[in-house]
Amino acid sequence: MAMAEAAAEPAAIADETLLQIEGLRTHFRKDGAVVRSVDGVDLRIPRGRTLAVVGESGSGKSVTSLSIMRLIPEPAGRIVGGRMLYRDRTGRLLDLARLPVSEMRRIRGGEISMIFQEPMTSLNPVFTVGDQIAEAVALHAGKDRAEARRVAVEMLRLVEIPAAERRVDEYPHQMSGGMRQRVMIALALSCRPSLLIADEPTTALDVTIQAQILDLMRRLQREIGMSMLFVTHNLGVVAEIAHEVAVMYAGRVVEQAGVEAIFAHPRHPYTEGLIACIPRLRRHAPGQQRDREPGGRRHRLVAIPGSIPSPAALPPGCAFAPRCSRAVDACRLEIPDLVEVAPGHRSRCLRWRDL
Amino acid sequence: MTAVHPAGIPDELPEGPAARPRWAVAARHLWRNKLLLLAVIVLLAVVALAALAPLVAEYGPNAMRISRRLQAPSAAHFFGTDEFGRDIFSRVIHGGRISLAAGGLTVLVACAGGVLLGVLSGYFAALDGILVKVVDSMMAFPDILLAIALVAVLGPTLSNVVVALGIVYMPRVARVVRASTLVLRELPFVEAARALGVPTHRILRRHILRNLASPITVQGTFIFAYAILAEAGLSFLGVGVSSETPTWGTIINAGQQYARQAPWIMLFPGLAIVLSVFSLQIIGDALRDALDPKLQKEV
Repeated sequence: MAMAEAAAEPAAIADETLLQIEGLRTHFRKDGAVVRSVDGVDLRIPRGRTLAVVGESGSGKSVTSLSIMRLIPEPAGRIVGGRMLYRDRTGRLLDLARLPVSEMRRIRGGEISMIFQEPMTSLNPVFTVGDQIAEAVALHAGKDRAEARRVAVEMLRLVEIPAAERRVDEYPHQMSGGMRQRVMIALALSCRPSLLIADEPTTALDVTIQAQILDLMRRLQREIGMSMLFVTHNLGVVAEIAHEVAVMYAGRVVEQAGVEAIFAHPRHPYTEGLIACIPRLRRHAPGQQRDREPGGRRHRLVAIPGSIPSPAALPPGCAFAPRCSRAVDACRLEIPDLVEVAPGHRSRCLRWRDL
Repeated sequence: MTAVHPAGIPDELPEGPAARPRWAVAARHLWRNKLLLLAVIVLLAVVALAALAPLVAEYGPNAMRISRRLQAPSAAHFFGTDEFGRDIFSRVIHGGRISLAAGGLTVLVACAGGVLLGVLSGYFAALDGILVKVVDSMMAFPDILLAIALVAVLGPTLSNVVVALGIVYMPRVARVVRASTLVLRELPFVEAARALGVPTHRILRRHILRNLASPITVQGTFIFAYAILAEAGLSFLGVGVSSETPTWGTIINAGQQYARQAPWIMLFPGLAIVLSVFSLQIIGDALRDALDPKLQKEV
């Protein structure tokens, strides 16, 4: 009796957790075959913190973020399983995977916002940026035109756009890529969301602009006290912005931990490989003689051998096993569980003790 | 090498041609292209003459003076007279009011229907299959035959001619609108709007429709030209507006009996059609070039 009740009841989530994703599965149908882009993702997004989701192209990180927003293009794609437990502003616990569309529309932009990779095309070319911010404000906060415009100027100031009163009446094509990404951030934050999903927001930008945008996002995250889900393939960016990191591989989370723990003690060979792939500029200490030192040779760039398996044809066991130097027979038999290897540190590897 | 750009945000924007509003680019285009300018002047002249017909014409379009029947063009009758002694100039400019109005209304009907079909078909994948087949099967009929059939069913009045031609040209608009919608639908700003919780009807109105203005304008201009031709064709064949109403088509139709003795009866309404259609085609081509974002940078 007690068991049955426990199974039927929506599991409560801890107070410090804003969004808890359990066993999310999002599949796509392509030419009759089922593509398991996201196949059992578990994530916890803590309140007021930044979780970075890292992975290669095709690991399912973008599909995960689109699933949270319920923006998976149907009928080709569909959320086929799992729960996304979200606590809204009024304290209600909602399962985003099953929320009716009308409810979901209130969540989108109002409670959960998203910014995209392409700042050049993420704004509508025929409206001024002020118009577009005002639209979002009017939609969720029900403010009139003058008030919405005032909020738009205020938002542009918040994202450090100079001469905001003038810029508010400009069209997107009059702005640079970095500026547009600032406008996108302003747009996403205009209704003070609890969660901001940023899908590779700096990838399309110049490196100097990237750093500015990251600084801005970090500052805004702190000031507004929102949670952030930061999707990226760049571990350098992760170190800059994240409090926690989830590493995704072939549609699953293979490791989640605090940012220091991930970099200092990775407990999954894939994470370890990703960290080894970061190109390093070795600085030699002044006294060292560069040429004589055996370890002072130039390092080759490290790469993980092979490539990510197609989500249409996943191997039976651990998806990383074919590329893993530590794989044993047991790895190829069944998918390892995501186990807690240290407080707040979970890994999906049978051999995590050996790392 | 130049110094590295400071990490701050540039306060001033380059005031390049890219920053110029679209209408200014279009206006520049117009001035540079003298043929286009001529076309605009001719079209405006035709429209002005038609609009001011009762003021400009010395004689009524249906005023008969048998004593002056079949007169060649002269100072008294610029375009000559027909077998009843009616002034062809007056009939052509009065007829222009109906021919141009029919063309314009056809554009409205075709665009209203075509945009609806095209946007629905382009945005909602579930409707696309059916709507594309409907549109394609409509396009399988030759324009004028379909128009004749529709007028035959509906009855030969001006409004029915407009409805028939509107239906005939609807698929052209629908195709262009569908193609553009398919592109727009996938653009990140539409997804971004969805991510902001903008309801679908608002996305269609604000984000899709507003971005369709250019292709619709271009198609509308061409359809205006086709519709003027088609209306004249229908009237000439005797299935259009009833023959008492002067339109460019009905004047030509009535004049064919006297084609040898009084060729001016057919010549002048024919010229009016040619000038209007040519002008509209040239304007349509120019609009397409001017509103094409790829070409803007060259200006």
